[in-house]
Amino acid sequence: MSVAQAAALPIAERARAAVELDNVEKTYGTGKSAVKALKGVSFDIADNEFFTLLGPSGCGKTTLLRALAWFESVTAGTIRLFGEDIVDVPTYKRSINTVFQHYSLFPHMSVAENVAYGLKRLKKSKSEIEATVADMLELVKMTDFAGRLPAQLSGGQQQRVALARALAPHPKVLLLDEPLSALDLKLRQSMRQELKQIQARTGITFIFVTHDQDEALSMSDRVAVMSAGYVQQVGTPNEIYEHPANRFVAGFVGDANFIDAQITSPVGDTVTCRTKGGAVLQADARNLLEGQRDVTLFLRPEKVKLAKVGAATVDGEITDIQYLGNSTMMQIDIGEAEPLVVTEPLGEVDQRLRQVGDRVGVILSPSALQILVE
Amino acid sequence: MAAIEHSKPKKRRAFGEVPGLGALAIAFMMFLYLPILVLVVYSFNAGNIVMVWTGFSTDWYARAFANEDIRKAAINSLVVATSATAIATTCATLAALALARGGSFKGKGATVGVITLPLMVPEIVTAVAMLVFFSNIGLNFGLGNVILAHVTFCIPFAFMPIRARLDGMDTTLEQASRDLYASDWETFRLVTLPQLMPGVLAGAMLSFVISMDDFIITLMVAGAGDTTLPVYIYSMIRQGITPEINAVSSILLLFSIVLVTAYWFVTRTKPDGKNR
Amino acid sequence: MANLPSNPALRRTLSLAPALGIIGIFMLIPVGIIAVFSFLEAKSFGGVVWSFSTDAYVQLLYERALDDSLILSPGYLIIIWRSFLLAGIAMLCCLVVGFPVAYFISRQPLQHRNMWILLITIPFWTNQLVRTFAWIIILGRNGIIEAPFHWVGILGSDDTLGLMYSNFAIAVGLTYTFIPLMVLPIYASLEKLDFTLVEAAADLYSSKWEAFSKVIIPLSKPGIIAGCLLVFIPSLGAFIQPDLLGGGKNMMLGTLVQFQFSTARNWPFGAAIAMILLAAVVIFLMIYARAARGQQKMELH
Repeated sequence: MSVAQAAALPIAERARAAVELDNVEKTYGTGKSAVKALKGVSFDIADNEFFTLLGPSGCGKTTLLRALAWFESVTAGTIRLFGEDIVDVPTYKRSINTVFQHYSLFPHMSVAENVAYGLKRLKKSKSEIEATVADMLELVKMTDFAGRLPAQLSGGQQQRVALARALAPHPKVLLLDEPLSALDLKLRQSMRQELKQIQARTGITFIFVTHDQDEALSMSDRVAVMSAGYVQQVGTPNEIYEHPANRFVAGFVGDANFIDAQITSPVGDTVTCRTKGGAVLQADARNLLEGQRDVTLFLRPEKVKLAKVGAATVDGEITDIQYLGNSTMMQIDIGEAEPLVVTEPLGEVDQRLRQVGDRVGVILSPSALQILVE
Repeated sequence: MAAIEHSKPKKRRAFGEVPGLGALAIAFMMFLYLPILVLVVYSFNAGNIVMVWTGFSTDWYARAFANEDIRKAAINSLVVATSATAIATTCATLAALALARGGSFKGKGATVGVITLPLMVPEIVTAVAMLVFFSNIGLNFGLGNVILAHVTFCIPFAFMPIRARLDGMDTTLEQASRDLYASDWETFRLVTLPQLMPGVLAGAMLSFVISMDDFIITLMVAGAGDTTLPVYIYSMIRQGITPEINAVSSILLLFSIVLVTAYWFVTRTKPDGKNR
Repeated sequence: MANLPSNPALRRTLSLAPALGIIGIFMLIPVGIIAVFSFLEAKSFGGVVWSFSTDAYVQLLYERALDDSLILSPGYLIIIWRSFLLAGIAMLCCLVVGFPVAYFISRQPLQHRNMWILLITIPFWTNQLVRTFAWIIILGRNGIIEAPFHWVGILGSDDTLGLMYSNFAIAVGLTYTFIPLMVLPIYASLEKLDFTLVEAAADLYSSKWEAFSKVIIPLSKPGIIAGCLLVFIPSLGAFIQPDLLGGGKNMMLGTLVQFQFSTARNWPFGAAIAMILLAAVVIFLMIYARAARGQQKMELH
């Protein structure tokens, strides 16, 4: 499935939805102390899709994952797996497997025994188990470690075994609970690629939980951004980054500038608005609600271009410069409540020319300035 | 769209939950405490046959307190427990320090083995071995023999919490002390010992409880006049069961329960001063 | 200001000397003497004759007839058998009750867990003699259990259910005394057990029973083994329970040893039984040490 895939699945695709969530609710506790962890969660996940649940800790993504695996029951709603309602089907009868956050490999079993565990429970034949275990270990490049105990493996190796163990029974859906969070940066990046390849090769639907936006954007076919128990937006990485549905998504996925403004004159595809600081800006009007006057404008730092004073949309003063290696991040005071955060790739301009206190022109193009739905 | 409420009762057990375990655990607690409760209740029985309830009375306590032999046995018990605790805790503290801070040396494992030996040898074997030893070398210090025997088996009980405390302690504090010009002795007195105190206190309490409770070793080692309270209770049981035994036993029980509970709260403080 | 010896080895030796000296003199040497005594001849009315003899061990199996021939005598073997049997029964009872209780406690919230453990610990540290005595009141003639039978007339005033002074009473006493030693180590292993492993087992199609037998049991094995030994070893050499609850006929090794030293005054024979008891304990401790080593391998990291 391509990255450009639309948020809502086409009608034909819906029939092949691997997972359908319909108004799923989860409440912990009762009465006054009740906490709603999931609120009216509804979306579909297509077969063979790499789907990511993205959100900060406590947003409900892990609860949702645990509900899919049935470690947690839901309070209301339905969950369908390939059309079959599985709300009351216990974990050990669901064709869904999990890669646990801390791997949860059985410490008293060898790597091969761990991978064979689910197959044995499913009463597969001995020869089939042996063949599958060999295949899976080869898939995750752990063939040489078959006889080792988990305690004798590094974190990355344990991760691979956990993946092989969960894939071995060939589940319809594989759940991955922040599987890369315990690995160091380099390993995390190579594992991203490898996970993506394995997903493509096995054709199993992956549901990946993470709080890391880079992971979500780089690996997923589609992403569901969650916060406070609600699904904030479901879409391709591109849609989520370029056209966030609301302020939370905009702020959580990547860096963002927010500018409060008032609409002065609606003009077709773009609108003119006046900021609190007095600047008059042109913005993309696609999210503007009818009759709405007060808006928040949203702008990615890398979409801002700098120019000479007087030759741009607004002028401002550089108040802070951070060198980031491949780019420079600056804070520019343009007379609004918050200074504007701007990133400029290295190489385009000689960075040594920029100094704190310099006055620069800031180009805010209408296509980069979007109106946010609050 | 309204959320679909499931009509079935949604009270569902988590995978690891097993029904009926709570009831079993409560029944288990009753099994542990009912005999103790029965013992205490019957100590207030007015009649002189233990098992036939005739009315409430504290007479048996009065009698127990008035009984010269019981008083003497109780004093013996306290003297033995106090002396044994003091000596055993001192020996155990020194040994624990040597093992935890003395670096590695040949025979370290064997040393720990010897110190914990009294925990492994069956009590009855220790008891007869000491009896034979004392009578063969002709050692007869009266109560002193009993104290020596108690020190021997109390050392590992004092040793364990002290050693555990030492292992949990941050050695960089001692390094910091030396870095700030303190001598070894000053470091020990001003840094190590204050931090170690809860462990020492726990070890001492454990020794005291063990010494107060010991019966079989004392029975074999003690001479005629050196009876401790448990040995006296045993001789009372042999002579015939009266509620007086219940009264004395209840006092002893109360004593242990208070000490054990105190021990529990002492050991719950971790070396960093926070409660676990 | 006190000066500590500057030589660390000397300081260490001086610190260890009191503890090692006391245990060496009053524990190691006496046990050694007992070992020697078990190979000497008995002097009547206590004491030993210093000449080598294996009589004490022979006496376990055979009786010496008047004509000096040896006749197989099962009396002492029965006592050894009873000791192992009752210790084994007590161990099994403790395991069957203790494991589910330990599991239950390990699944409670932390605050409750500590409370449960304190409640289990308290009776263990209170006087064994007194706690065993309580069972005389419960099981004895006219005791708590029998009393209702007497009231309703099922039992005549001179009849008894015969609960006291029996192997049953000893088993109850041993179970009651030592069960905290089963619960605590099992609880310690179960508390350390990462419960997501059980979820992983469920995720990989294990039924409750399979998750229990393939994951929970193997991972709590060290605790189970420790608990079994901690119950079995003291039960095997127990004195108070067989003495108070078993009566004169139902001897165990502990009461037999005590009897030989205080009443029968056959020191070499008593010493021989003590050695057998000690040997059994050493064997079981070695089994435990092996099991503990296996556990270390799993935790190596």
